[in-house]
Amino acid sequence: MSEKTILKFSDETAAIATKIVARYPEGRHKSALIPLLHLAQAEFDGWLSVPAMDCVAEFLSIQPIEAYEVASFYSMFNLKPVGKCTLEVCRTSSCWLSGAEDIVRHLEKKLGIKEGQTTADGMFTLKTVECLGSCGTAPMLQCGGDYYENLTLEKTDKLVDSLRAEGKARVYTNDNPVNID
Amino acid sequence: MGKKILLANDHIEGIRFLDTYRKHGGYASLEKALKSMTPEQIVEEVKTSGLRGRGGAGFPTGMKWSFLAKPEGVPRYVVCNADESEPGTFKDRYLMERIPHLLIEGMILSSYALGAKTSYIYIRGEYFYVARILEQAIDEAYAAGLLGKNILNSGFDLDLYVQIGAGAYICGEETALLESLEGKRGNPRIKPPFPAIAGLYGCPTVVNNVETIAAVVPIVNEGGAAYAAIGVGNSKGTKLISASGHINKPGVYEIELGVPVEEFIYSDEYCGGIRNGKKLKAVVAGGSSVPILPTELILNTAAGEPRLMSYESLGDGGFATGTMLGSGGFIVMDEDTSIVKNLYTFARFYHHESCGQCSPCREGTGWMEKILHKILHGHGTLADVDLLWDIQSKIEGKTICPLGEAAAWPVAAAIRHFRKEFEDFIRNGEHVNDVKHYYRLNNLTALIN
Repeated sequence: MSEKTILKFSDETAAIATKIVARYPEGRHKSALIPLLHLAQAEFDGWLSVPAMDCVAEFLSIQPIEAYEVASFYSMFNLKPVGKCTLEVCRTSSCWLSGAEDIVRHLEKKLGIKEGQTTADGMFTLKTVECLGSCGTAPMLQCGGDYYENLTLEKTDKLVDSLRAEGKARVYTNDNPVNID
Repeated sequence: MGKKILLANDHIEGIRFLDTYRKHGGYASLEKALKSMTPEQIVEEVKTSGLRGRGGAGFPTGMKWSFLAKPEGVPRYVVCNADESEPGTFKDRYLMERIPHLLIEGMILSSYALGAKTSYIYIRGEYFYVARILEQAIDEAYAAGLLGKNILNSGFDLDLYVQIGAGAYICGEETALLESLEGKRGNPRIKPPFPAIAGLYGCPTVVNNVETIAAVVPIVNEGGAAYAAIGVGNSKGTKLISASGHINKPGVYEIELGVPVEEFIYSDEYCGGIRNGKKLKAVVAGGSSVPILPTELILNTAAGEPRLMSYESLGDGGFATGTMLGSGGFIVMDEDTSIVKNLYTFARFYHHESCGQCSPCREGTGWMEKILHKILHGHGTLADVDLLWDIQSKIEGKTICPLGEAAAWPVAAAIRHFRKEFEDFIRNGEHVNDVKHYYRLNNLTALIN
């Protein structure tokens, strides 16, 4: 019998999680579930394994099923392993009108995978997603917390090349710099 | 130039930060409200202003506020709906990333007016970086004594937090949003009770859109009557319009309600006309769920009056010949656009986003997507158009929340106004552009001759 994997937040993440829990009235700590699942996903390789969800449930003193049922409802939570960089291309109306399909086909060709798949080297996962509120700057894709907008095939190539050269995982974390203006 | 009151300062460098924001009049409303106005007076000003909910439903904000129950000893909550997910809508994102303090100022005013001591801004998870911008701005506001205990020595306390979602359109529906904020799946609640009676944690709660809450700032500064003087009919004030699609200048525009649609599409002040010199084919005027209108009906009403950007004018003619202002997500399509294919992206969207709670929506959205997929791939039959019509009519009005209507209306409108295009697509197995089709026929004739 294999031993059950047990995951725990790092001290740093646990400190952030404790601060989040304090935002809600007494006895309403379950409100922290979604923010904490985001933290878990960022800390544990970009996806929510059962031990990762158990870690959140344990932290909040709720039943594991309460974490599972929420994690499976929201599209940003990955319930399967993903690549270091997930390229999420918006496919809804305005992006579609502006050529999102071409971007997806181009990425499929460039990465040698179909949408929904991960490259063999584990670097990229390609996903299509619904409207990300970037309709005026369409077409676009999101990777980690960042928006890449007004895409052309050339810009998409450059982005993929630079992400590959960087070789780092892109997740939603509070370390992301806020770079607008 | 139209009057700008929310985005008057959006291009000032550094307006995102507290010191610059204050230098340009930011937080002046708090001095006025907390020191010289009672909460009831603020509610009265909002009623006088005629402000209507800017998220899409257009319900009068002052009236919504006056429904809030105030039992002794029970906390009340103000929750800002920043879950902006209606396809074609990106105005709240713009406002929050450019002028986060405007929303925070509005949240403090609204919380004071409604007696909330803790308030939340629920923002969609994909706007992660915007949440970070808001949190930085909130930190600045705490440090300056604009949030926390005894704000500006008024005795009013308020804590304000940003809550992040995780990808679910349905959480823009206010009761689904509250469920999500409580750490649950975003399944809408049966109403009544309305959130004003039993909302967050079962307590009286007001949920308002970002733009609605931001508009409270100029209403307090200038007075409700000054706000009501802008606009036309029962469409008071200004509205942020997210313009996208085949136009020369996509972006967020603040308009005085009542600007003619034709001016909005063609003038250089706004969309700047159709891209590449093409002709206009259709517009979805208020986000994906409102009925699409062909050129002749979006520019003019059925009675031949110029159509205006207002709740009443866009709604003129009901759904037979009109549409809705909705969230102000204005999607423009040129003459080459396939209405069938665009509708497929909407149908796929609503199927993906149905929470699955009510059978008509869960099953109906999936069925509509499947039929449109079949048509798109050349396997449609003419009977499919009637079937689509039948399915949409059996979703509308039969679900707990309005996602059912949101999914049904675009299908109904596309068939109502573009039935021939669906039939042509089915007969030919592909999109038939009137212009190109004509040339193809001509070439064919030339070959035969």
